[in-house]
Amino acid sequence: MVKPTKVTNGIRALRFAAGEMTQADLAERIGVTRQTVIAIEQGRYSPSLEMAFQIARVFGVGLDDVFSYDPEEK
Amino acid sequence: MSYEEKNTWVFAFIAPVGFIVYLVLLFTQLDGKPLAEADYVWPMLGTILGAIVAGILGGIVVGIVTGIASGGKDDGKSDQRDKQINRFGEYIGSAFLVMGALGALVLAWFEAPHFWIANVLYLAFVLQAILSSIAKLVAYRRGLHSW
Repeated sequence: MVKPTKVTNGIRALRFAAGEMTQADLAERIGVTRQTVIAIEQGRYSPSLEMAFQIARVFGVGLDDVFSYDPEEK
Repeated sequence: MSYEEKNTWVFAFIAPVGFIVYLVLLFTQLDGKPLAEADYVWPMLGTILGAIVAGILGGIVVGIVTGIASGGKDDGKSDQRDKQINRFGEYIGSAFLVMGALGALVLAWFEAPHFWIANVLYLAFVLQAILSSIAKLVAYRRGLHSW
């Protein structure tokens, strides 16, 4: 079936570091639904490269600070 | 649950219910006639149109309920993930359309009654709707990644 993604992210931590930004706020800023932000945070959806850059830009950090890729992870 | 996911649940419910209604209408008017001689066109047309109308009305009701429940924050918009999941589901479901078309083609070769050709095609549409809805719901629940 669906392969689990090897891309992990620290969006939840970044949201809290950014004044406890809500999922709804982040969703509004990148133009998606709150459910999509939840799915990305939980690793159930891999965003497009453009959306990944948009998320990084919201937090004012680089892409590597939001997403990481570990090919050894199952 | 997003508006699009709720809408998918509505379609997953309407498709089998519509087919069951069709079967009930078909079998209750047989009156001892062989199945292949049944008057199937109007029951089939009626349930197809009924399913389309029910889908539209269901979408409107889901939109209103979602909007009220979220205090107007969820305006029923769909995003990139919804579109990808929709494409994924339609791709999976299309297998049944191909099988239905092939089945109808074989029946036509052997000059089978129109009843069977039409019903194989209708069944393929129903199975396509059910399978694509299930695939979409699994993608919403379990996730959508590369394959």
